[in-house]
Amino acid sequence: MYDVSVIGGGVIGGLTARKLARYKLKICVIEKENDVAMGASKANSAIVHAGFDAAPLTLKAKLNVKGSEMMERIASELGVKYRRNGSLVVAFDDKDRDTVTELYERGIKNGVRELRIIERGEVLSLEPNISDDVVCALYAPTGAIVCPYELTVAAIGNAMDNGAKLYTNFEVSDINKTGEGYEIISSNGDVIKSAYVVNAAGINADSIAAMAGCDDINIRPRRGEYILLDKADGGVVSHTIFQTPSDMGKGILVTPTVDGNLLLGPTAEDTDDKTDKRTTPNGLSKVLDRARKTTDRIDPKHTITSFCGLRAVGNTGDFIIKSNGTGFINAAGIESPGLSAAPAIAEYIVELLKNDGLELEEKSDFNPVREPTHAFREASAEAKNKIIAEKSEYGRIICRCEGISEGEIRAAIRQNPPARDLDAVKRRTRAQMGRCQGGFCMPYITGIIAEELGIPYEEVTKSGKGSEINIGKTKEI
Amino acid sequence: MERELTCIVCPMGCRITVKMRNGKVEGVSGNTCPRGERYAIDECTDPKRTLTTTMRCENGEVIPVKTDRAIPKDKMFECMKIINSSVVSPPVLIGDVIIENVFGANIVATKNVMQKEK
Amino acid sequence: MRDLVIIGGGPAGMSAAAAARRRGIRDILILERDGRLGGILNQCIHNGFGLHKFSEELTGPEYAWKYEEQVKELNIDCMLNTMVLDIDENKLITATNSERGLFTVKAKAIILAMGCRERPRGALNIAGTRPAGVYSAGTAQKFLNIHGYMPGKEVVILGSGDIGLIMARRMTLEGAKVKAVCEIMPYSGGLARNIEQCLNDFGIPLMLRHTVVEIHGEKRVEGVTIAKVDKSMRPIESTRQFIKCDTLLLSVGLIPENELSEKAGVELSAVTGGAVVDQDRQTSVDGIFACGNVLHVHDLVDFVSDEAEIAGNSAAEYIKGKKNDVISVKLTTDGKIRYTVPQTVTAKKDMTVYFRVSDVYRNVRINVRNGDKVVLSKKKQRVAPGEMENITLKSDMLDNAAELRLELEEM
Repeated sequence: MYDVSVIGGGVIGGLTARKLARYKLKICVIEKENDVAMGASKANSAIVHAGFDAAPLTLKAKLNVKGSEMMERIASELGVKYRRNGSLVVAFDDKDRDTVTELYERGIKNGVRELRIIERGEVLSLEPNISDDVVCALYAPTGAIVCPYELTVAAIGNAMDNGAKLYTNFEVSDINKTGEGYEIISSNGDVIKSAYVVNAAGINADSIAAMAGCDDINIRPRRGEYILLDKADGGVVSHTIFQTPSDMGKGILVTPTVDGNLLLGPTAEDTDDKTDKRTTPNGLSKVLDRARKTTDRIDPKHTITSFCGLRAVGNTGDFIIKSNGTGFINAAGIESPGLSAAPAIAEYIVELLKNDGLELEEKSDFNPVREPTHAFREASAEAKNKIIAEKSEYGRIICRCEGISEGEIRAAIRQNPPARDLDAVKRRTRAQMGRCQGGFCMPYITGIIAEELGIPYEEVTKSGKGSEINIGKTKEI
Repeated sequence: MERELTCIVCPMGCRITVKMRNGKVEGVSGNTCPRGERYAIDECTDPKRTLTTTMRCENGEVIPVKTDRAIPKDKMFECMKIINSSVVSPPVLIGDVIIENVFGANIVATKNVMQKEK
Repeated sequence: MRDLVIIGGGPAGMSAAAAARRRGIRDILILERDGRLGGILNQCIHNGFGLHKFSEELTGPEYAWKYEEQVKELNIDCMLNTMVLDIDENKLITATNSERGLFTVKAKAIILAMGCRERPRGALNIAGTRPAGVYSAGTAQKFLNIHGYMPGKEVVILGSGDIGLIMARRMTLEGAKVKAVCEIMPYSGGLARNIEQCLNDFGIPLMLRHTVVEIHGEKRVEGVTIAKVDKSMRPIESTRQFIKCDTLLLSVGLIPENELSEKAGVELSAVTGGAVVDQDRQTSVDGIFACGNVLHVHDLVDFVSDEAEIAGNSAAEYIKGKKNDVISVKLTTDGKIRYTVPQTVTAKKDMTVYFRVSDVYRNVRINVRNGDKVVLSKKKQRVAPGEMENITLKSDMLDNAAELRLELEEM
């Protein structure tokens, strides 16, 4: 019997679990995929928004500004890369200028600090590669970038280090209310009993809510296609550059990532299909065309990868975070600025649990710190050699493009939450995320995973069951 | 009757024309070396290929092997079956005969495997 | 301080090392990232190597072994499982392995022989899902030939580069069904012999002017949509067709791996992706040489060995103190000829110039022009982008030349 079960191993579930892990509680995170951060948390703009977008007094506005202020400390405790690079909303004409002014006023109302409108000359001094057509911009020095899946992995890892349990491949198919709380039932018939439940199931939050009898939540996925460019292009811009928003989102942005790549996107297209994460020729060319409006220094030949994320758009226009009154908290409709707001959302959820009667008693031994997974990568030569002298596998580079060692890959498989497939290793270590996209190192990493997990080579998957890399041994098929 | 061939003897890939009458070769043109002529005649009368593949070792690894001469083209899959149902035990040196006389060729190792790896 | 450090122990690195050793350089170190010498040849188990160098037809591992033996006999130092991380303009190399950790080596001369990598899916921006079952042909080749595992059983191959063609045959022999090889260009990027013996022998269709426009399948590839392309390479909607398959192999080009060369400040050619070199294969950085696929992508390993010998010999002479820079002649091309290697000439001697053309041409002349004067002309029956050509310059052709231009004349 758990005190709290969090359904959904995304950034909201992860930070909520971590927040709960500081109390004397038995908690678990329930995830339907083979790894955490498999939904919108791995496919979004990786932006910590300053907070000028949302309409004043909404949950989005309140939690964005607060979450954004909390992010730096959380990232530093969790060893997650975070950079306050500032953001610009650029205007190309008078109509855009009006929008920028509106955003400025909204930002001031929302309590965003240091916000100001700058003219072309100053834009140019901040961003020398910006388009000739930019006339002015809203400058938000508090805007930042963070790696969203690294944050999620680290939050869940830190929660686990502090006693939380993670269930993967547990697809919730039903939820029963019992005298003591809830029974969460998987599609395989496994049951987890829990006094309190947090529903942080992303695009599936509506169906999970419905299982608990909350029928008023409706999530409509909004597709967003992205293109990630090579590190050689990471310096094309240094700030996160938005175009003026429309009713379908914040427009196509151009931003550096914390790892030094350049990210373009997203498109915004409503869909009814919660599995449709295809990229499309139209979507990708739209991303390129629009991004080129911001700067012409974009070369599609430098594409590392393209991907599509599904934002969980709720039916109220705001985040839907509320209790059913009997210990079942829904955190639904967490679309943008969900990542920015996530630390504040987690706090808010824990408040709601408390209101429902959950007792929160601090643990004396809670450790908020998680060793950064990129610590070795960024250590000095001297520090690296100290580690290699103890653990020689850190001296052997497996991923040439990103310079990732065997030791880092093994650590990712051993650490909480353990990486158990190739994509999970990629998200934690960046191995296979460079220019060759794993062409050289994939066979080696496959071998390391097989060895660490004690499974046959041919059972190693890309992203869980059904995605085996090889179909069997030669001569035996 | 004329047959157009792409020579596979070397990377030049010469276009060869073979004149045939009643199943016999009457003339070869377009080749730039005698090996090409040989290939063209064989290809029209008794096509052959060198087969390269891998073979399972006792330790579970695979080792590359080849037929030490070309075998009839239509026997490649049968030859694969024979190789695939066999297992070799290291050490093996390049050129070691692993299976004798398969469609007129020996199956030989093309890599040294000194001891049981892994 | 080492006399000569060679980055990469594949065919180029080994051949360069042997050549330099034979020219009297004793202190040579090969740094190799893999656990054995031979590089990509270890997984190229097919035959067709060595006709030019050894007058016999060898498989990749056999060809590699010929050089491994030389490296052993000549007592050339090798560090395996060692990754070079950095080279600076002073020829200070930083590398790492599990025995020594991070370490530096200073070299009098360096030969870059890192080879190339395959162009991955991302660079093509193919739309669709991102399931398991999409591999570059070389990765699949490694799974199959080195590790002994089957990447899939119903295969579509995009790109008709030689590795793709070789893998079409290889997968077929191991029991897979290769449904099609799609090539966006109107001609194959591979050798004619490989079309014949890898596709035609097995009835595998080569679909020219076709590309993959979408990948389907959530966890594993379930199929691809292919389409014909128009003259400007855009897919034609009405020609879209779905092919059921569980594997998509990509053989869409090779990219010289020059990240280290860039760190060392070596000037790269936008056309070859490799260093700009002179006839000695010396790069723009004094004492840094390059050879093999890191310099430009070859279709024949025999020519890699030839090129590496030039680099090895030149590095030896450099270490002994010989200076070139007697003359300075640029080799330029007309576009129909895409590039030459070398791109510059700094010494007056006979030399073979390698080049590639940009399209398939029949009955052409390759002219070498010094201003208005054609100093050399050579007929070719057929030239194609997939097949590297060469022409030999005599030293007297360099007389009074600042630039020699290679032109392709259609007759």
